[in-house]
Amino acid sequence: MNKIYAINGPVVKVRKTNDFFMLEKVLVGDNKLIGEVISVSDEFTTIQVYEQTSGLKVGDPVFPTGTPLSVALGPGIISNIFDGIERPLKAMTSQSGIYIKEGSSMNALDTEKEYDVTITAKVGDFLSGGEIYATCPETALITHKCMVPPDKSGTVVFAAENGKYKVNDVVLKLKTVDSQEIELSLVQNWAIRKPRPVKKRMAVTKPLITGQRIIDTVLPIGKGGTAAIPGGFGTGKTMTQHQLAKWCDADIIIYIGCGERGNEMTQVLEEFSELIDPKSGNALTDRTVLIANTSNMPVAAREASIYTGITLAEYYRDMGYHIAIMADSTSRWAEALREISGRLEEMPAEEGFPAYLPSRLAEFYERAGYADTLSGNEGSITVIGAVSPQGSDFSEPVTQNTKRFVRCFWALDKSLAYARHYPAINWTMSYSEYTDDLAEFYHENVGKDFMECRQKISNILTEENKLMEIVKLIGADVLPDDQKLTIEIARVVRVGFLQQNAYHKDDTYVPLKKQLLMMKAILKLYDLSLSALNKGIILSKVMEFGFFEELIKMKYDIPNDKLELFEKLNLQMENAFAPLLEKEA
Amino acid sequence: MNNNIQYVGLNDINGPLVALEGIKGISYDEIAEISLPDGSTRTGRVVELEGDKVILQVFEGTSGLSLTNTKTTFKGKPLEIPLSTEMLGRIFNGAGKPIDGLGAVFPEKMGDINGKPLNPVSRKYPRNYIHTGISSIDALMTLIRGQKLPIFSGSGLSHNKLAVQIVRQAKLSDDDNAQFGIVFAAMGVQHDVADYFKKSFEESGALERVVMFLNLSNDPIIERILTPKCALTVAEYLAYEKNMHMLVIMTDMTSYAEALREFSSSKGEIPGRKGYPGYLYSDLAAIYERAGVVEGSEGSVTQIPILTMPNDDITHPIPDLTAYITEGQIVFDRELDQTGVYPGLSVLLSLSRLMKDGIGKGYTREDHAPVANQLFAAYARVQDARALAGVIGEEELSEIDKAFIEFGREFEQKFLKQGFEENRSIEETLDLAWSLLAKLPESQLDRLDEKLIEQYLHK
Repeated sequence: MNKIYAINGPVVKVRKTNDFFMLEKVLVGDNKLIGEVISVSDEFTTIQVYEQTSGLKVGDPVFPTGTPLSVALGPGIISNIFDGIERPLKAMTSQSGIYIKEGSSMNALDTEKEYDVTITAKVGDFLSGGEIYATCPETALITHKCMVPPDKSGTVVFAAENGKYKVNDVVLKLKTVDSQEIELSLVQNWAIRKPRPVKKRMAVTKPLITGQRIIDTVLPIGKGGTAAIPGGFGTGKTMTQHQLAKWCDADIIIYIGCGERGNEMTQVLEEFSELIDPKSGNALTDRTVLIANTSNMPVAAREASIYTGITLAEYYRDMGYHIAIMADSTSRWAEALREISGRLEEMPAEEGFPAYLPSRLAEFYERAGYADTLSGNEGSITVIGAVSPQGSDFSEPVTQNTKRFVRCFWALDKSLAYARHYPAINWTMSYSEYTDDLAEFYHENVGKDFMECRQKISNILTEENKLMEIVKLIGADVLPDDQKLTIEIARVVRVGFLQQNAYHKDDTYVPLKKQLLMMKAILKLYDLSLSALNKGIILSKVMEFGFFEELIKMKYDIPNDKLELFEKLNLQMENAFAPLLEKEA
Repeated sequence: MNNNIQYVGLNDINGPLVALEGIKGISYDEIAEISLPDGSTRTGRVVELEGDKVILQVFEGTSGLSLTNTKTTFKGKPLEIPLSTEMLGRIFNGAGKPIDGLGAVFPEKMGDINGKPLNPVSRKYPRNYIHTGISSIDALMTLIRGQKLPIFSGSGLSHNKLAVQIVRQAKLSDDDNAQFGIVFAAMGVQHDVADYFKKSFEESGALERVVMFLNLSNDPIIERILTPKCALTVAEYLAYEKNMHMLVIMTDMTSYAEALREFSSSKGEIPGRKGYPGYLYSDLAAIYERAGVVEGSEGSVTQIPILTMPNDDITHPIPDLTAYITEGQIVFDRELDQTGVYPGLSVLLSLSRLMKDGIGKGYTREDHAPVANQLFAAYARVQDARALAGVIGEEELSEIDKAFIEFGREFEQKFLKQGFEENRSIEETLDLAWSLLAKLPESQLDRLDEKLIEQYLHK
């Protein structure tokens, strides 16, 4: 039998054994704590333990399991809350009270619950890996589709009747080409560090619509895309992630609370069960999976939580769903890597992080994408990772390396946050590489002039940025009127358009059509004012109409379901300006 | 099972760490007692096991220990302290031993000081506020029950004074104060600072509801590492099992982190940023995350950790990592402090993440959130105006900018500045805010809607 030789924090060593393979799941000690083999050598096998190691002794047994660390995939995942290695936290409270105890071995999925299963495969069918053989309603929003594990295939020799089944009931038997029989239930296991295969990866052409103006209009992300939200503390990373999780048009949200605050997870739990999904009228929890490995929970499980999350996402993508993953925060995950690396006494690279940090980050973000799946459906995984740079310094290793692997960079800015400008995404530091890929979608579905308006708005902001340099030195009073106008209209763009109030019933989610109409109204005011200035009318006169203030409040004044009011607003502006423009014409 | 075996001597002594070899059956995190020839005993904890070698950290330090003069026994369990409601009003050292001469605590229960991580599902989202009577905190960075809200200060600033004022004035918004208790943990503070706290609590009569843990700056560092854990174990017991609302004040977390660094380097660990161990984040989180409100209990644990930022640098790893874990921060501003404003808090750098759900109608007053927003926005504008005035002179500013400069001055002198004995109610604070906002042109009050302006500004 294998016995513990050394213990140091979450790292345990076994001496002189050949019984373990790399990344194998093992059970440590009499309590059977879950661990994973992270290095194997002649002398030592090193194991990271996913639970508190207090109380372990030298000489305690270590059991191999013969399988890599994997998660159970089947109905019951949606609207559940798991820790970093897919242990159900709600079910755990009945076993161990308000605290998390060691060695709570539990089934990830409720094995007693019965599902209404429709078997779609018939005896004699040949099913290859990834094909669907059964479906069942999982929540009011999601139909679960059971798929043949991607690495298996065969001819159906037994198919159960439609009816009520528990997750572990065998509903299908396959005979493989080499005449082996495989039994399939509603659940399958998959190793968390191994990406699930797809038929073909496809280009990103559809936007992930979030209802947040600065994202949808200025810095859009596509379904299947990757984005990073870096920001110092207090800049609103978590707030932005929550807004996206609530409103984006993905089918399923997987929210990974990785090394973050416990109260934040409680907030998500409480808020999401009260909030109603605008599209379906069901509670948001019906499309949400939470993975909570808060900062005080074991650090090794924090490292695994990211992989657990993305494996669940891949499973649902394979059914043909669009998934958005919020990872909050990838910096805590990187720190978990650093902590374990330190315990292993590996040679550190930059700032103590291990040299393999970039390749791990790349592996994670590359699991996002839009794909043609083995089940024949199209599905996607969008990954939005928060980054918490040390000392708010974007040149630190996690931010810099993340930047290389994501195509959207939403940089949160401290000075905007101090002025309570939310979302505090800085429009000059951020970028999106998806704008061109998504142009066609906007063109066809929102308006032909969307991209043109977007560019004009962006130009105004760039122009303002230049002018502010001058204003900082000599004050705004000395600028000529047309430049003052740029500053005034940029204020309307910043306060009226980019600033968005998450607590206002209409402003928390704004449809694309309204975003376009708001841009058009602002540009109309700009054009009218500019023409007036060209007629020799002074800016203060133009400002007297009060349209600048009115446009700042239009996000509140015009409800999302009364977009025809924009026409009235535009007409008002034209009528007010008409006498000015005609006078000297 | 090992209780009776005494191991004579040590194999290695290095800083606070000692090694023993040839020992079997010891568990990780277990406690050991080391006896010296003069009859004194010290306590140690198992921090690493390798084969038959055990590495212990000695809480009281290793001075006087030799390779031959010790006898070590292992206790077979992690470090526990006695817990009891009688601990209120008592004073303990950093490792939880009474130092007020009133004898040992009769335990109702023993508690493992390491605690266990709370299951996030068992938490309740914190919603109710704690009134401190300090305008800047109550209005702009409201403290919520179950929150962890640190105070970032610098050497020589009045954080200790503020802590005393908070302890004296803190009260719950609705239910009675008998349910309210305070745990005060001092780590690495000087003798006179500890005396100042003791005296202030005695004079104000607050002492009977305070449990004090004192680890002075010349006490052993390993004991300092235990201090916050002991304090929180007591707080959790009183909160979750005795239904009390506990406010835990911990000062100074910088000394704690430095003790951790010293310990880590003597263990020969690979250092992370600025020599602090790579697990500083997880370690601090294990302390701060022990705040909260849980299902099945009426009580709550609220934390105010105080830390001095080395060289006033908020990006230093200690404040930086702290702010990433805590739910906001209250930051001192040296410049304000020097102009005689007490408490000189930097409004723009400070933040309470939980306040949005714990203020407003039913908690404080309906206008609280918009007024706070308006004050933040206006004060941010004051900074811009001041920067511009610095270049072109105050005379050249536009009328609006001049109004903001004036507002800024009054805001600092009347709103932020407050007497050490002055306890303002939330109504007084908000009315004061309105009277200051009245100095600005109404067109600039863009965070307030017309109804509120009508109701409070024109009344």
